[in-house]
Amino acid sequence: MEKVPTTNIIFYVRRFDPEKDASPRQEQYTVPVEKGMTVLDGLHYIKQTQDASIGFRFSCRMGVCGSCGMMINGKPGLACNTQILDVTQSALTVAPLPNFNIIRDLVPDLVPMFGVHQSIQPYIQRKDVGEKENPTMEYFQTPHQLEEYLQFTYCIKCGCCMASCPTMATDREYLGPMPLAQIYRYNVDSRDDAGATRRNIAAESHAVFNCHYAGECSAACPKGVDPARAIQLMKKDLVLGYFGLAKHGKCAQLHKKPDKASYKPKIDAPAFTVGK
Amino acid sequence: MRETAYWTWFIISAIVILIFAGLHMTVMHLSMLGVFNPDGGAVTDWGNVAFRSQNQFLAFSYIILLGAALYHGFYGLRTIVFELGPKKSFQDGFTVILWIVGLILFGIGTYSAIAAKALETAL
Repeated sequence: MEKVPTTNIIFYVRRFDPEKDASPRQEQYTVPVEKGMTVLDGLHYIKQTQDASIGFRFSCRMGVCGSCGMMINGKPGLACNTQILDVTQSALTVAPLPNFNIIRDLVPDLVPMFGVHQSIQPYIQRKDVGEKENPTMEYFQTPHQLEEYLQFTYCIKCGCCMASCPTMATDREYLGPMPLAQIYRYNVDSRDDAGATRRNIAAESHAVFNCHYAGECSAACPKGVDPARAIQLMKKDLVLGYFGLAKHGKCAQLHKKPDKASYKPKIDAPAFTVGK
Repeated sequence: MRETAYWTWFIISAIVILIFAGLHMTVMHLSMLGVFNPDGGAVTDWGNVAFRSQNQFLAFSYIILLGAALYHGFYGLRTIVFELGPKKSFQDGFTVILWIVGLILFGIGTYSAIAAKALETAL
């Protein structure tokens, strides 16, 4: 069997245990990298063969759960989604996501981000609570209405946008790109009826109007979501609302099945031509 | 709602600055609008200055530009200070102080633009 060619890559891993260390330090490991190996594979190799104490978070290994967000050669990304040889041929620096407290080594504390996300009420709210709890029919929504928010539903809450945001770096009260994009996501969902509440949250201090529009959040997102766009569209909606020009459509109604529509007549299958 | 209003007027003031600062630059530094410098020569020659001080449109434009520049600058300063993470009580107090200082400076500037009308009579 032919041997798979490997390249020795030096991993510089940021190590920090808040309970023991006064400040972060960097440790160096050499990893034989094959084509197709991800940064997460490299970290697993280090943990199995060189240093079992290294701390990192992961779960799905396929860019869906958002657990393994970290700084890879200075840029935020998912370790499971980044192939080592795509970003370097010699050395790789791995560090935890900035703008978060560090639990240990490469593990950021995402709990405050989830708290903010919860505070913006990221779920469909309607007046017909009974129908929502025990649905009898579907809500009517056109493909165009779906497209308005679809891309923002791809967010996996990995925190890469929060880590790359320069406003987050200076303003600790700033809501951040992920929650603000999710405000927009639910506000433009035609099935939702709580836009006014979320608009009030978005219009407060340390929210949409504090976005400097650096656009780094959109560049960093591993799922291709564009939070910067959502924030700017939210600003536009709020300003139009200030001048009384915003158009917020009616909440989507139940899609009733047509009563009088006739079904297509049953068509008989053609007779067999072979194998009678 | 208050933040929406502040930010909306911040953007409007930027547009106002673009227009009226552009006019100011054209008149004062590019000497392109000879109509505002009827004596010819340098724009700072006494005759030109006295003429402009009499012009109501220019006085109006300077008052508008002053208001827009003060608002725009002070909103920017407020945003920078707020990003440093002061307490809510400080933020409210700072906003009030900026309004007071801004209005005082606007009052002084407006008085200067109007009082400049007396230049010709002083001559």
